[in-house]
Amino acid sequence: MIRADALVKRYGEVTALAGLSFTVPAGTVFGLLGPNGAGKSTTIKILTTLSAADGGTATVAGHDVRREPDAVRRAIGVVTQGSGCDPVATGRENLLLAGRVHGLRGRAVRSRVDELLARFGLTGAANRLVRTYSGGMRRKLDVAMGLVHRPSVLFLDEPTTGLDPQARADMWAEIARLAGQERLTVLLTTHYLEEADQLAGELLIVDRGQAVASGTPERLKSELRGDAVVVELAPDADLELAGKAIGAIPGTREVTLAGRTIRSRVDHGASAVPSVLAALERESVAVAAVTVARPALDDVYLRHTGRSFAAAEEVPA
Amino acid sequence: MATLVPHSAFLTGRLLRFTARQPAFVAINLVQPMIWLLLFGQLFKRVVEIPGFATGSYLEFLTPGVVVMTVLFSSGWAGMAFIDDMERGVMDRMLSSPVNRMALMVASVANQGVTVVVQAAIVVVVALLLGASFGGGVLGVLVMLLASILLTAAFASLSNGMALIVRTSESLIGFSTMLTLPLSFLSSAMIAREVAPEWIRTVSAYNPVDWTVVASREALSADPDWGAVLLRLGGLAAVALAAIWLATRAFRAYQRSM
Repeated sequence: MIRADALVKRYGEVTALAGLSFTVPAGTVFGLLGPNGAGKSTTIKILTTLSAADGGTATVAGHDVRREPDAVRRAIGVVTQGSGCDPVATGRENLLLAGRVHGLRGRAVRSRVDELLARFGLTGAANRLVRTYSGGMRRKLDVAMGLVHRPSVLFLDEPTTGLDPQARADMWAEIARLAGQERLTVLLTTHYLEEADQLAGELLIVDRGQAVASGTPERLKSELRGDAVVVELAPDADLELAGKAIGAIPGTREVTLAGRTIRSRVDHGASAVPSVLAALERESVAVAAVTVARPALDDVYLRHTGRSFAAAEEVPA
Repeated sequence: MATLVPHSAFLTGRLLRFTARQPAFVAINLVQPMIWLLLFGQLFKRVVEIPGFATGSYLEFLTPGVVVMTVLFSSGWAGMAFIDDMERGVMDRMLSSPVNRMALMVASVANQGVTVVVQAAIVVVVALLLGASFGGGVLGVLVMLLASILLTAAFASLSNGMALIVRTSESLIGFSTMLTLPLSFLSSAMIAREVAPEWIRTVSAYNPVDWTVVASREALSADPDWGAVLLRLGGLAAVALAAIWLATRAFRAYQRSM
Protein backbone atom coordinates (compact mmCIF):
# COMPACT_ATOMS: atom_id res chain seq x y z
CA MET A 1 0.00 0.00 0.00
CA ILE A 2 2.95 2.26 0.72
CA ARG A 3 6.31 1.81 -0.86
CA ALA A 4 9.27 4.06 -0.13
CA ASP A 5 12.42 3.48 -2.09
CA ALA A 6 15.74 5.07 -1.10
CA LEU A 7 14.22 8.35 0.06
CA VAL A 8 16.71 11.15 0.57
CA LYS A 9 15.93 14.56 2.01
CA ARG A 10 18.38 17.30 2.91
CA TYR A 11 17.80 20.59 4.67
CA GLY A 12 20.91 22.57 3.85
CA GLU A 13 23.76 20.76 5.55
CA VAL A 14 21.49 18.46 7.52
CA THR A 15 20.54 15.13 6.02
CA ALA A 16 17.12 14.23 7.36
CA LEU A 17 16.70 11.06 5.31
CA ALA A 18 19.67 9.10 4.05
CA GLY A 19 18.12 6.53 1.71
CA LEU A 20 15.14 5.19 3.64
CA SER A 21 13.26 2.27 2.10
CA PHE A 22 10.31 0.28 3.38
CA THR A 23 7.07 -1.33 2.28
CA VAL A 24 3.76 -1.27 4.10
CA PRO A 25 1.35 -4.07 3.14
CA ALA A 26 -2.37 -3.22 2.89
CA GLY A 27 -4.42 -3.51 6.06
CA THR A 28 -1.58 -3.28 8.56
CA VAL A 29 -0.66 -0.81 11.24
CA PHE A 30 2.90 0.06 10.42
CA GLY A 31 4.94 1.88 13.02
CA LEU A 32 7.86 4.18 12.35
CA LEU A 33 9.72 4.32 15.63
CA GLY A 34 12.62 6.59 16.38
CA PRO A 35 13.78 9.45 18.54
CA ASN A 36 13.04 13.08 17.69
CA GLY A 37 14.98 14.10 14.61
CA ALA A 38 15.22 10.55 13.25
CA GLY A 39 13.38 11.55 10.06
CA LYS A 40 9.90 10.24 10.87
CA SER A 41 8.02 13.47 10.20
CA THR A 42 10.06 14.14 7.08
CA THR A 43 9.02 10.71 5.78
CA ILE A 44 5.36 11.50 6.47
CA LYS A 45 5.66 14.88 4.72
CA ILE A 46 7.05 13.21 1.60
CA LEU A 47 4.46 10.43 1.57
CA THR A 48 1.58 12.89 2.06
CA THR A 49 2.83 15.10 -0.84
CA LEU A 50 3.63 18.06 1.40
CA SER A 51 7.32 17.92 0.69
CA ALA A 52 9.34 16.58 -2.22
CA ALA A 53 12.20 14.15 -1.70
CA ASP A 54 15.65 15.09 -2.99
CA GLY A 55 16.17 11.49 -4.06
CA GLY A 56 14.32 8.20 -4.25
CA THR A 57 10.71 7.44 -5.10
CA ALA A 58 7.55 6.60 -3.20
CA THR A 59 4.11 5.33 -4.08
CA VAL A 60 1.04 5.52 -1.87
CA ALA A 61 -2.13 3.57 -2.75
CA GLY A 62 -0.62 2.83 -6.14
CA HIS A 63 0.18 6.43 -7.06
CA ASP A 64 3.56 8.07 -7.32
CA VAL A 65 3.75 10.90 -4.78
CA ARG A 66 5.65 13.17 -7.13
CA ARG A 67 3.86 12.54 -10.42
CA GLU A 68 0.29 12.08 -9.17
CA PRO A 69 0.03 14.09 -5.97
CA ASP A 70 -3.71 14.72 -6.39
CA ALA A 71 -4.51 11.02 -6.68
CA VAL A 72 -2.45 10.39 -3.53
CA ARG A 73 -4.24 13.22 -1.68
CA ARG A 74 -7.64 11.76 -2.51
CA ALA A 75 -6.63 8.35 -1.20
CA ILE A 76 -5.10 9.36 2.12
CA GLY A 77 -6.15 10.77 5.45
CA VAL A 78 -3.56 12.79 7.33
CA VAL A 79 -3.33 13.58 11.01
CA THR A 80 -0.41 15.96 11.38
CA GLN A 81 1.76 16.41 14.40
CA GLY A 82 0.19 18.78 16.90
CA SER A 83 -3.27 19.51 15.57
CA GLY A 84 -4.71 20.39 12.20
CA CYS A 85 -8.16 21.56 13.17
CA ASP A 86 -9.30 25.15 13.14
CA PRO A 87 -9.77 26.33 16.75
CA VAL A 88 -12.11 29.15 15.76
CA ALA A 89 -14.60 26.79 14.13
CA THR A 90 -16.82 24.17 15.72
CA GLY A 91 -16.04 20.48 15.58
CA ARG A 92 -18.88 19.97 13.14
CA GLU A 93 -17.69 22.80 10.87
CA ASN A 94 -14.19 21.35 10.80
CA LEU A 95 -15.52 17.96 9.78
CA LEU A 96 -17.93 19.36 7.19
CA LEU A 97 -15.15 21.35 5.54
CA ALA A 98 -12.83 18.34 5.48
CA GLY A 99 -15.58 16.23 3.88
CA ARG A 100 -16.51 18.87 1.32
CA VAL A 101 -12.92 19.43 0.26
CA HIS A 102 -12.90 15.72 -0.53
CA GLY A 103 -15.98 16.08 -2.71
CA LEU A 104 -18.68 14.88 -0.31
CA ARG A 105 -21.87 16.93 -0.64
CA GLY A 106 -25.30 17.46 0.83
CA ARG A 107 -26.85 14.77 2.99
CA ALA A 108 -23.93 12.38 2.43
CA VAL A 109 -21.44 14.69 4.13
CA ARG A 110 -23.83 15.60 6.96
CA SER A 111 -24.63 12.01 7.84
CA ARG A 112 -20.97 10.99 7.62
CA VAL A 113 -20.06 13.86 9.98
CA ASP A 114 -22.79 12.86 12.46
CA GLU A 115 -21.58 9.29 12.34
CA LEU A 116 -17.98 10.28 13.10
CA LEU A 117 -18.99 12.69 15.86
CA ALA A 118 -20.94 9.90 17.53
CA ARG A 119 -18.19 7.37 17.10
CA PHE A 120 -15.54 9.63 18.65
CA GLY A 121 -17.82 10.72 21.48
CA LEU A 122 -17.93 14.32 20.26
CA THR A 123 -21.65 14.66 19.54
CA GLY A 124 -22.23 16.74 22.67
CA ALA A 125 -19.38 19.09 21.79
CA ALA A 126 -20.09 19.19 18.04
CA ASN A 127 -21.32 22.78 18.02
CA ARG A 128 -18.70 24.17 20.35
CA LEU A 129 -15.62 25.98 19.10
CA VAL A 130 -12.62 23.67 19.00
CA ARG A 131 -10.58 26.05 21.15
CA THR A 132 -12.77 24.99 24.09
CA TYR A 133 -11.85 21.30 23.55
CA SER A 134 -9.40 19.36 25.70
CA GLY A 135 -6.24 18.00 24.08
CA GLY A 136 -7.74 14.54 23.86
CA MET A 137 -10.95 15.78 22.22
CA ARG A 138 -8.98 17.83 19.73
CA ARG A 139 -6.91 14.81 18.80
CA LYS A 140 -10.03 12.70 18.31
CA LEU A 141 -11.41 15.39 16.04
CA ASP A 142 -8.13 15.34 14.11
CA VAL A 143 -8.45 11.62 13.53
CA ALA A 144 -12.14 11.96 12.62
CA MET A 145 -11.20 14.63 10.05
CA GLY A 146 -8.62 12.29 8.60
CA LEU A 147 -11.29 9.58 8.18
CA VAL A 148 -14.19 11.63 6.85
CA HIS A 149 -13.69 10.64 3.20
CA ARG A 150 -13.00 6.94 4.01
CA PRO A 151 -9.36 6.95 2.93
CA SER A 152 -7.51 3.75 2.18
CA VAL A 153 -4.36 4.92 3.98
CA LEU A 154 -4.26 6.91 7.20
CA PHE A 155 -1.13 8.74 8.35
CA LEU A 156 -0.85 9.43 12.05
CA ASP A 157 2.13 11.59 12.95
CA GLU A 158 2.76 11.20 16.67
CA PRO A 159 -0.92 10.82 17.49
CA THR A 160 -0.54 10.76 21.26
CA THR A 161 2.25 13.27 21.89
CA GLY A 162 1.16 15.72 24.56
CA LEU A 163 -1.88 13.72 25.67
CA ASP A 164 -2.49 12.76 29.28
CA PRO A 165 -2.40 9.01 30.08
CA GLN A 166 -6.17 8.55 29.94
CA ALA A 167 -6.50 10.32 26.59
CA ARG A 168 -3.56 8.32 25.28
CA ALA A 169 -5.18 5.03 26.29
CA ASP A 170 -8.41 6.14 24.55
CA MET A 171 -6.49 7.01 21.43
CA TRP A 172 -4.72 3.65 21.45
CA ALA A 173 -8.04 1.85 21.68
CA GLU A 174 -9.36 3.95 18.79
CA ILE A 175 -6.36 3.23 16.57
CA ALA A 176 -6.53 -0.49 17.34
CA ARG A 177 -10.21 -0.42 16.39
CA LEU A 178 -9.48 1.34 13.09
CA ALA A 179 -7.05 -1.29 12.03
CA GLY A 180 -9.29 -4.13 13.12
CA GLN A 181 -12.60 -3.02 11.63
CA GLU A 182 -11.98 -0.82 8.65
CA ARG A 183 -9.29 -2.67 6.73
CA LEU A 184 -7.41 0.58 6.76
CA THR A 185 -3.67 0.78 6.26
CA VAL A 186 -2.21 2.93 9.00
CA LEU A 187 1.24 4.48 9.04
CA LEU A 188 1.99 5.66 12.52
CA THR A 189 5.03 7.49 13.80
CA THR A 190 5.89 7.56 17.43
CA HIS A 191 8.74 8.03 19.79
CA TYR A 192 6.98 6.07 22.50
CA LEU A 193 8.25 2.53 22.67
CA GLU A 194 5.14 1.26 24.46
CA GLU A 195 2.96 2.79 21.79
CA ALA A 196 4.80 1.05 18.98
CA ASP A 197 4.76 -2.19 20.95
CA GLN A 198 1.01 -1.93 21.58
CA LEU A 199 -0.25 -0.82 18.21
CA ALA A 200 2.07 -1.70 15.39
CA GLY A 201 1.78 -5.03 13.64
CA GLU A 202 4.94 -4.23 11.77
CA LEU A 203 7.68 -1.92 12.92
CA LEU A 204 10.55 -0.01 11.37
CA ILE A 205 13.12 1.51 13.66
CA VAL A 206 14.71 4.61 12.17
CA ASP A 207 17.69 6.50 13.41
CA ARG A 208 19.43 9.47 11.77
CA GLY A 209 17.43 9.08 8.57
CA GLN A 210 18.13 5.41 8.08
CA ALA A 211 16.33 2.15 8.80
CA VAL A 212 18.09 0.21 11.53
CA ALA A 213 15.74 -2.72 12.07
CA SER A 214 12.33 -3.95 10.99
CA GLY A 215 9.87 -6.71 11.74
CA THR A 216 7.03 -7.43 14.14
CA PRO A 217 7.62 -6.16 17.68
CA GLU A 218 7.71 -9.79 18.85
CA ARG A 219 10.30 -10.80 16.30
CA LEU A 220 12.48 -7.82 17.04
CA LYS A 221 12.36 -8.63 20.72
CA SER A 222 12.98 -12.34 20.24
CA GLU A 223 16.12 -11.56 18.28
CA LEU A 224 17.50 -10.53 21.60
CA ARG A 225 18.19 -13.77 23.33
CA GLY A 226 17.86 -13.65 27.06
CA ASP A 227 17.26 -10.94 29.62
CA ALA A 228 18.80 -7.57 30.37
CA VAL A 229 20.63 -7.16 33.66
CA VAL A 230 20.84 -3.51 34.61
CA VAL A 231 23.23 -2.56 37.38
CA GLU A 232 23.16 0.87 38.87
CA LEU A 233 26.34 1.79 40.70
CA ALA A 234 26.76 3.88 43.81
CA PRO A 235 27.78 7.50 43.08
CA ASP A 236 31.56 7.14 43.57
CA ALA A 237 31.99 3.68 42.01
CA ASP A 238 34.47 3.03 39.20
CA LEU A 239 32.34 2.51 36.11
CA GLU A 240 35.09 1.20 33.79
CA LEU A 241 36.30 -1.31 36.33
CA ALA A 242 32.77 -2.53 37.00
CA GLY A 243 32.09 -2.88 33.27
CA LYS A 244 35.20 -5.01 32.80
CA ALA A 245 34.28 -7.18 35.78
CA ILE A 246 30.80 -7.85 34.41
CA GLY A 247 32.11 -8.46 30.91
CA ALA A 248 34.48 -11.09 32.27
CA ILE A 249 31.64 -13.22 33.66
CA PRO A 250 31.03 -16.17 31.31
CA GLY A 251 27.74 -15.88 29.43
CA THR A 252 27.33 -12.09 29.54
CA ARG A 253 27.06 -10.20 26.26
CA GLU A 254 26.53 -6.69 24.95
CA VAL A 255 27.82 -4.80 27.95
CA THR A 256 27.09 -1.08 27.62
CA LEU A 257 27.89 1.76 29.99
CA ALA A 258 25.85 4.93 30.35
CA GLY A 259 26.09 7.32 33.27
CA ARG A 260 26.18 5.15 36.35
CA THR A 261 24.28 2.34 34.65
CA ILE A 262 25.71 -0.85 33.19
CA ARG A 263 23.51 -2.99 30.97
CA SER A 264 24.33 -6.50 29.94
CA ARG A 265 22.53 -9.42 28.39
CA VAL A 266 22.45 -12.94 29.75
CA ASP A 267 20.51 -16.10 28.95
CA HIS A 268 18.82 -16.26 32.28
CA GLY A 269 18.66 -13.04 34.24
CA ALA A 270 17.65 -14.19 37.71
CA SER A 271 20.43 -16.77 38.02
CA ALA A 272 23.05 -14.35 36.68
CA VAL A 273 22.48 -11.77 39.40
CA PRO A 274 24.52 -13.55 42.12
CA SER A 275 27.60 -13.89 39.88
CA VAL A 276 27.30 -10.25 38.77
CA LEU A 277 27.16 -9.12 42.39
CA ALA A 278 30.02 -11.40 43.35
CA ALA A 279 32.21 -10.07 40.53
CA LEU A 280 31.55 -6.48 41.58
CA GLU A 281 32.16 -7.38 45.25
CA ARG A 282 35.61 -8.76 44.32
CA GLU A 283 36.51 -5.42 42.67
CA SER A 284 35.04 -3.53 45.66
CA VAL A 285 32.54 -1.69 43.45
CA ALA A 286 29.57 -0.40 45.43
CA VAL A 287 26.19 -1.25 43.85
CA ALA A 288 23.06 0.84 44.30
CA ALA A 289 20.53 -1.40 42.51
CA VAL A 290 20.20 -4.38 40.21
CA THR A 291 17.22 -5.07 37.97
CA VAL A 292 16.45 -7.86 35.54
CA ALA A 293 14.19 -7.15 32.58
CA ARG A 294 12.64 -9.21 29.81
CA PRO A 295 13.61 -7.87 26.40
CA ALA A 296 11.74 -4.70 25.43
CA LEU A 297 11.85 -2.51 22.35
CA ASP A 298 14.26 -0.22 24.13
CA ASP A 299 16.76 -3.07 24.08
CA VAL A 300 16.16 -3.57 20.39
CA TYR A 301 16.87 0.07 19.84
CA LEU A 302 19.97 -0.03 21.99
CA ARG A 303 21.31 -3.04 20.21
CA HIS A 304 20.87 -1.59 16.73
CA THR A 305 21.97 1.96 17.36
CA GLY A 306 24.37 1.58 20.25
CA ARG A 307 22.40 4.17 22.21
CA SER A 308 19.56 3.74 24.62
CA PHE A 309 16.34 5.31 23.44
CA ALA A 310 16.33 7.82 26.27
CA ALA A 311 19.90 8.90 25.43
CA ALA A 312 18.98 9.37 21.75
CA GLU A 313 16.05 11.54 22.76
CA GLU A 314 18.37 13.89 24.58
CA VAL A 315 20.26 14.75 21.40
CA PRO A 316 19.09 18.22 20.42
CA ALA A 317 16.85 17.97 17.38
CA MET B 1 -10.10 23.33 -12.08
CA ALA B 2 -13.61 21.96 -11.54
CA THR B 3 -13.02 22.29 -7.81
CA LEU B 4 -12.15 26.01 -7.87
CA VAL B 5 -15.67 27.37 -7.41
CA PRO B 6 -17.01 24.93 -4.78
CA HIS B 7 -13.78 24.94 -2.78
CA SER B 8 -13.66 28.75 -2.88
CA ALA B 9 -17.22 28.86 -1.55
CA PHE B 10 -16.54 26.42 1.32
CA LEU B 11 -13.31 28.13 2.33
CA THR B 12 -14.86 31.60 2.13
CA GLY B 13 -17.60 30.38 4.46
CA ARG B 14 -14.97 29.27 6.94
CA LEU B 15 -13.20 32.67 6.88
CA LEU B 16 -16.41 34.68 7.12
CA ARG B 17 -17.51 32.66 10.16
CA PHE B 18 -14.09 33.34 11.65
CA THR B 19 -14.43 37.08 11.04
CA ALA B 20 -17.93 37.11 12.50
CA ARG B 21 -16.63 35.36 15.64
CA GLN B 22 -14.07 38.07 16.33
CA PRO B 23 -16.27 41.05 17.24
CA ALA B 24 -13.30 43.07 18.51
CA PHE B 25 -11.51 42.54 15.23
CA VAL B 26 -14.56 43.70 13.28
CA ALA B 27 -14.98 46.75 15.51
CA ILE B 28 -11.34 47.82 15.11
CA ASN B 29 -11.68 47.42 11.38
CA LEU B 30 -14.73 49.67 11.38
CA VAL B 31 -13.42 52.33 13.71
CA GLN B 32 -10.12 52.86 11.92
CA PRO B 33 -11.44 54.32 8.65
CA MET B 34 -13.84 56.60 10.54
CA ILE B 35 -10.98 58.00 12.58
CA TRP B 36 -9.07 58.71 9.40
CA LEU B 37 -11.99 60.40 7.81
CA LEU B 38 -12.63 62.60 10.84
CA LEU B 39 -8.98 63.27 11.65
CA PHE B 40 -7.67 63.95 8.17
CA GLY B 41 -10.91 65.65 7.20
CA GLN B 42 -10.39 68.20 9.97
CA LEU B 43 -6.61 68.42 9.75
CA PHE B 44 -6.49 69.22 6.06
CA LYS B 45 -9.81 70.99 5.80
CA ARG B 46 -8.42 74.12 4.21
CA VAL B 47 -6.19 72.31 1.77
CA VAL B 48 -8.83 72.68 -0.95
CA GLU B 49 -8.08 76.37 -1.03
CA ILE B 50 -4.86 75.52 -2.86
CA PRO B 51 -5.42 75.88 -6.60
CA GLY B 52 -5.58 72.47 -8.31
CA PHE B 53 -8.37 70.91 -6.25
CA ALA B 54 -11.40 70.41 -8.43
CA THR B 55 -13.75 70.37 -5.47
CA GLY B 56 -14.64 72.87 -2.83
CA SER B 57 -15.05 70.23 -0.11
CA TYR B 58 -12.00 68.36 1.16
CA LEU B 59 -14.28 65.81 2.81
CA GLU B 60 -15.73 64.87 -0.59
CA PHE B 61 -12.24 64.75 -2.04
CA LEU B 62 -10.91 62.65 0.83
CA THR B 63 -13.68 60.02 1.02
CA PRO B 64 -12.41 57.78 -1.82
CA GLY B 65 -8.87 58.30 -0.51
CA VAL B 66 -9.83 57.00 2.93
CA VAL B 67 -11.67 54.06 1.37
CA VAL B 68 -8.54 53.13 -0.55
CA MET B 69 -6.27 53.47 2.48
CA THR B 70 -8.68 51.24 4.39
CA VAL B 71 -8.37 48.68 1.62
CA LEU B 72 -4.58 48.76 1.89
CA PHE B 73 -4.46 48.47 5.65
CA SER B 74 -7.04 45.67 5.83
CA SER B 75 -5.89 43.55 2.96
CA GLY B 76 -2.21 43.98 3.77
CA TRP B 77 -2.99 41.89 6.84
CA ALA B 78 -4.73 39.12 4.91
CA GLY B 79 -1.63 36.93 5.10
CA MET B 80 -1.86 36.82 8.89
CA ALA B 81 -4.64 34.24 8.57
CA PHE B 82 -2.30 32.12 6.44
CA ILE B 83 0.41 32.37 9.08
CA ASP B 84 -2.06 31.37 11.80
CA ASP B 85 -3.04 28.37 9.69
CA MET B 86 0.62 27.41 9.22
CA GLU B 87 1.27 27.60 12.93
CA ARG B 88 -1.82 25.58 13.77
CA GLY B 89 -1.12 22.81 11.29
CA VAL B 90 -4.26 23.72 9.34
CA MET B 91 -2.18 24.65 6.29
CA ASP B 92 -0.38 21.30 6.23
CA ARG B 93 -3.66 19.46 6.52
CA MET B 94 -5.12 21.54 3.68
CA LEU B 95 -2.11 21.04 1.43
CA SER B 96 -2.11 17.28 1.94
CA SER B 97 -5.78 17.21 0.90
CA PRO B 98 -7.08 17.70 -2.64
CA VAL B 99 -8.07 21.30 -1.85
CA ASN B 100 -7.75 23.61 -4.84
CA ARG B 101 -4.75 25.89 -4.18
CA MET B 102 -6.19 28.84 -6.01
CA ALA B 103 -9.40 28.45 -4.00
CA LEU B 104 -7.35 29.15 -0.86
CA MET B 105 -6.38 32.50 -2.43
CA VAL B 106 -9.84 33.27 -3.79
CA ALA B 107 -11.43 32.57 -0.40
CA SER B 108 -9.03 34.92 1.35
CA VAL B 109 -9.73 37.62 -1.22
CA ALA B 110 -13.50 37.13 -0.96
CA ASN B 111 -13.36 37.37 2.83
CA GLN B 112 -11.30 40.56 2.61
CA GLY B 113 -13.64 41.88 -0.07
CA VAL B 114 -16.65 41.53 2.24
CA THR B 115 -14.79 43.33 5.04
CA VAL B 116 -13.76 46.13 2.71
CA VAL B 117 -17.28 46.62 1.34
CA VAL B 118 -18.63 46.99 4.88
CA GLN B 119 -15.85 49.42 5.81
CA ALA B 120 -16.29 51.46 2.64
CA ALA B 121 -20.06 51.67 3.17
CA ILE B 122 -19.46 53.02 6.67
CA VAL B 123 -17.00 55.60 5.38
CA VAL B 124 -19.54 56.77 2.81
CA VAL B 125 -22.35 56.97 5.38
CA VAL B 126 -20.18 58.93 7.82
CA ALA B 127 -19.08 61.29 5.03
CA LEU B 128 -22.71 61.88 4.08
CA LEU B 129 -23.62 62.56 7.71
CA LEU B 130 -20.79 65.08 7.86
CA GLY B 131 -22.35 66.90 4.94
CA ALA B 132 -20.55 65.53 1.91
CA SER B 133 -22.55 65.03 -1.26
CA PHE B 134 -21.56 62.88 -4.21
CA GLY B 135 -22.86 63.82 -7.64
CA GLY B 136 -22.21 60.31 -8.95
CA GLY B 137 -24.88 58.90 -6.63
CA VAL B 138 -25.40 55.20 -5.99
CA LEU B 139 -23.74 54.19 -9.24
CA GLY B 140 -20.66 56.15 -8.26
CA VAL B 141 -20.50 54.41 -4.89
CA LEU B 142 -20.90 51.00 -6.55
CA VAL B 143 -18.04 51.75 -8.93
CA MET B 144 -15.90 52.77 -5.96
CA LEU B 145 -16.75 49.47 -4.25
CA LEU B 146 -15.84 47.52 -7.37
CA ALA B 147 -12.50 49.32 -7.70
CA SER B 148 -11.86 48.70 -3.99
CA ILE B 149 -12.61 44.99 -4.33
CA LEU B 150 -10.17 44.71 -7.24
CA LEU B 151 -7.46 46.50 -5.27
CA THR B 152 -8.23 44.23 -2.30
CA ALA B 153 -7.77 41.18 -4.50
CA ALA B 154 -4.37 42.41 -5.63
CA PHE B 155 -3.17 43.45 -2.21
CA ALA B 156 -4.55 40.53 -0.20
CA SER B 157 -2.98 38.09 -2.68
CA LEU B 158 0.33 39.87 -2.38
CA SER B 159 0.09 39.64 1.40
CA ASN B 160 -0.82 35.93 1.23
CA GLY B 161 2.00 35.19 -1.17
CA MET B 162 4.46 36.97 1.11
CA ALA B 163 3.07 35.07 4.10
CA LEU B 164 3.84 31.78 2.34
CA ILE B 165 7.38 32.93 1.69
CA VAL B 166 8.37 34.74 4.90
CA ARG B 167 6.18 32.59 7.22
CA THR B 168 6.46 34.83 10.29
CA SER B 169 4.00 37.50 11.34
CA GLU B 170 6.81 39.96 12.15
CA SER B 171 8.20 39.86 8.62
CA LEU B 172 4.75 40.09 7.11
CA ILE B 173 3.82 43.15 9.18
CA GLY B 174 7.10 44.76 8.14
CA PHE B 175 6.47 44.05 4.49
CA SER B 176 2.89 45.26 4.59
CA THR B 177 3.76 48.50 6.40
CA MET B 178 6.66 49.14 4.08
CA LEU B 179 4.31 48.99 1.13
CA THR B 180 1.11 50.53 2.44
CA LEU B 181 2.17 54.04 3.38
CA PRO B 182 4.43 54.82 0.40
CA LEU B 183 1.81 53.50 -2.02
CA SER B 184 -0.83 55.69 -0.37
CA PHE B 185 1.30 58.82 -0.46
CA LEU B 186 2.48 58.12 -4.02
CA SER B 187 -1.13 58.51 -5.10
CA SER B 188 -3.78 61.20 -5.06
CA ALA B 189 -5.50 59.65 -2.04
CA MET B 190 -4.92 62.65 0.21
CA ILE B 191 -3.86 65.44 -2.09
CA ALA B 192 -4.75 66.47 -5.64
CA ARG B 193 -2.35 65.25 -8.25
CA GLU B 194 -1.93 68.80 -9.60
CA VAL B 195 -0.48 69.88 -6.25
CA ALA B 196 2.00 67.01 -6.01
CA PRO B 197 5.57 67.28 -7.33
CA GLU B 198 6.27 66.21 -10.88
CA TRP B 199 7.99 62.90 -9.97
CA ILE B 200 5.14 61.77 -7.74
CA ARG B 201 2.73 62.50 -10.55
CA THR B 202 4.80 60.28 -12.84
CA VAL B 203 5.05 57.45 -10.32
CA SER B 204 1.38 57.58 -9.41
CA ALA B 205 0.41 57.04 -13.04
CA TYR B 206 1.74 53.47 -12.64
CA ASN B 207 0.39 52.97 -9.13
CA PRO B 208 -2.71 50.74 -8.92
CA VAL B 209 -3.57 52.51 -5.67
CA ASP B 210 -3.86 55.76 -7.61
CA TRP B 211 -5.94 54.04 -10.32
CA THR B 212 -8.40 53.03 -7.61
CA VAL B 213 -8.57 56.54 -6.17
CA VAL B 214 -8.95 58.19 -9.55
CA ALA B 215 -11.59 55.73 -10.80
CA SER B 216 -13.57 56.13 -7.56
CA ARG B 217 -13.30 59.89 -7.41
CA GLU B 218 -14.24 60.21 -11.06
CA ALA B 219 -17.26 57.91 -10.66
CA LEU B 220 -18.40 59.85 -7.58
CA SER B 221 -18.26 63.17 -9.41
CA ALA B 222 -21.30 64.76 -11.00
CA ASP B 223 -20.07 64.29 -14.56
CA PRO B 224 -17.76 61.25 -14.70
CA ASP B 225 -15.33 60.58 -17.52
CA TRP B 226 -16.33 56.91 -17.97
CA GLY B 227 -13.50 56.22 -20.37
CA ALA B 228 -10.96 57.09 -17.67
CA VAL B 229 -12.90 55.01 -15.11
CA LEU B 230 -13.09 51.90 -17.31
CA LEU B 231 -9.44 52.14 -18.29
CA ARG B 232 -8.40 52.07 -14.63
CA LEU B 233 -10.88 49.35 -13.67
CA GLY B 234 -9.46 47.23 -16.49
CA GLY B 235 -5.94 47.84 -15.26
CA LEU B 236 -6.96 46.92 -11.71
CA ALA B 237 -8.65 43.72 -12.86
CA ALA B 238 -5.49 42.70 -14.72
CA VAL B 239 -3.31 43.41 -11.69
CA ALA B 240 -5.71 41.51 -9.40
CA LEU B 241 -5.74 38.40 -11.60
CA ALA B 242 -1.98 38.46 -11.97
CA ALA B 243 -1.55 38.80 -8.20
CA ILE B 244 -3.89 35.88 -7.47
CA TRP B 245 -2.07 33.72 -9.98
CA LEU B 246 1.37 34.67 -8.66
CA ALA B 247 0.38 34.20 -5.03
CA THR B 248 -0.98 30.73 -5.82
CA ARG B 249 2.45 29.90 -7.21
CA ALA B 250 3.90 30.76 -3.81
CA PHE B 251 2.41 27.51 -2.42
CA ARG B 252 5.10 25.73 -4.40
CA ALA B 253 7.80 27.81 -2.75
CA TYR B 254 6.25 27.06 0.63
CA GLN B 255 6.18 23.32 -0.03
CA ARG B 256 9.67 23.29 -1.46
CA SER B 257 11.00 24.68 1.78
CA MET B 258 9.32 21.99 3.89
